[in-house]
Amino acid sequence: MAEILFLEASAKTPSVSFDPITGKLELRGRSIPENSIEFYKPLNDWIDQYAETPKESTTIDIKLEYFNTSSSKCLLDLFKKLERLNGGTSAVHVNWYFEEDDEDMEEAGEDYQAIIKLPFKMIEVEEI
Amino acid sequence: MEEEHVILSFKGLVTAELLASVLQIMETKMESMDESPKTKKKVFNVLVECLQNLYHHVDDNTINTQESIERKSALVMISKENGVFTIRTGNYIDIAKASDLKERLQIINSMDKEGLREYYQTSLELSMISTKGTAGLGMIDIARKSGNKLDFEFLTINEETSFFCLNVKID
Repeated sequence: MAEILFLEASAKTPSVSFDPITGKLELRGRSIPENSIEFYKPLNDWIDQYAETPKESTTIDIKLEYFNTSSSKCLLDLFKKLERLNGGTSAVHVNWYFEEDDEDMEEAGEDYQAIIKLPFKMIEVEEI
Repeated sequence: MEEEHVILSFKGLVTAELLASVLQIMETKMESMDESPKTKKKVFNVLVECLQNLYHHVDDNTINTQESIERKSALVMISKENGVFTIRTGNYIDIAKASDLKERLQIINSMDKEGLREYYQTSLELSMISTKGTAGLGMIDIARKSGNKLDFEFLTINEETSFFCLNVKID
């Protein structure tokens, strides 16, 4: 079984909390590393492992202030893994948070919604 | 007289450390500015993409000689005039790459908001991430976030090299 994955936020990367016991996943902060593959690989690997014995319901909270285009591709890969999981043994939900008036982050969520077949809930908050 | 206020300017090699410093300085400077969080975020976001374009553009395989350092150096200037932020970058580029880039920029500039959205989504879905971690989405993203046409110019230096100038406005 996958173990809990917890990473502190840095100046260029978000905090990560992936909990296999509750099925709750969270990315929070900013994601602007020059090369995102290095940062996202352990996250994608974790989902592969989690997918072997997932919870009935899996929720991912995306609470990003902003992310660069290098991260956007890695996020897509992550959503694609969750999309496959959703077709199988777990019901996956995405909560996409964005700050009031931040249409860029709102649109970014809509971009993924257009590409990925997962239920997205768009949640506007005062501050992330 | 209208005055253009330079917030930050830099000329030299764009390293990961420099990138982190520039972003941190800009963030601190913008904190005290009387701008909406929305504008601050846009400026920061566009700046990240511009700087990372410069960073990834540099080919790290070559040995640093005085000449290669000059060739790999870039210019960055961030200014504000009448409430409009301008991010200017300049870097050397191979003539062959310059014509591809020019074509892509012209395509981007021919699109409206909706066109850019579709172009971004298609590119995101189809793009393969390079070993450098780039996905070829940077310029589309810059155009989308800035909401203005990209102002650019290619200056011919010699038979092999061109100098690429990009001006991005955020209002």
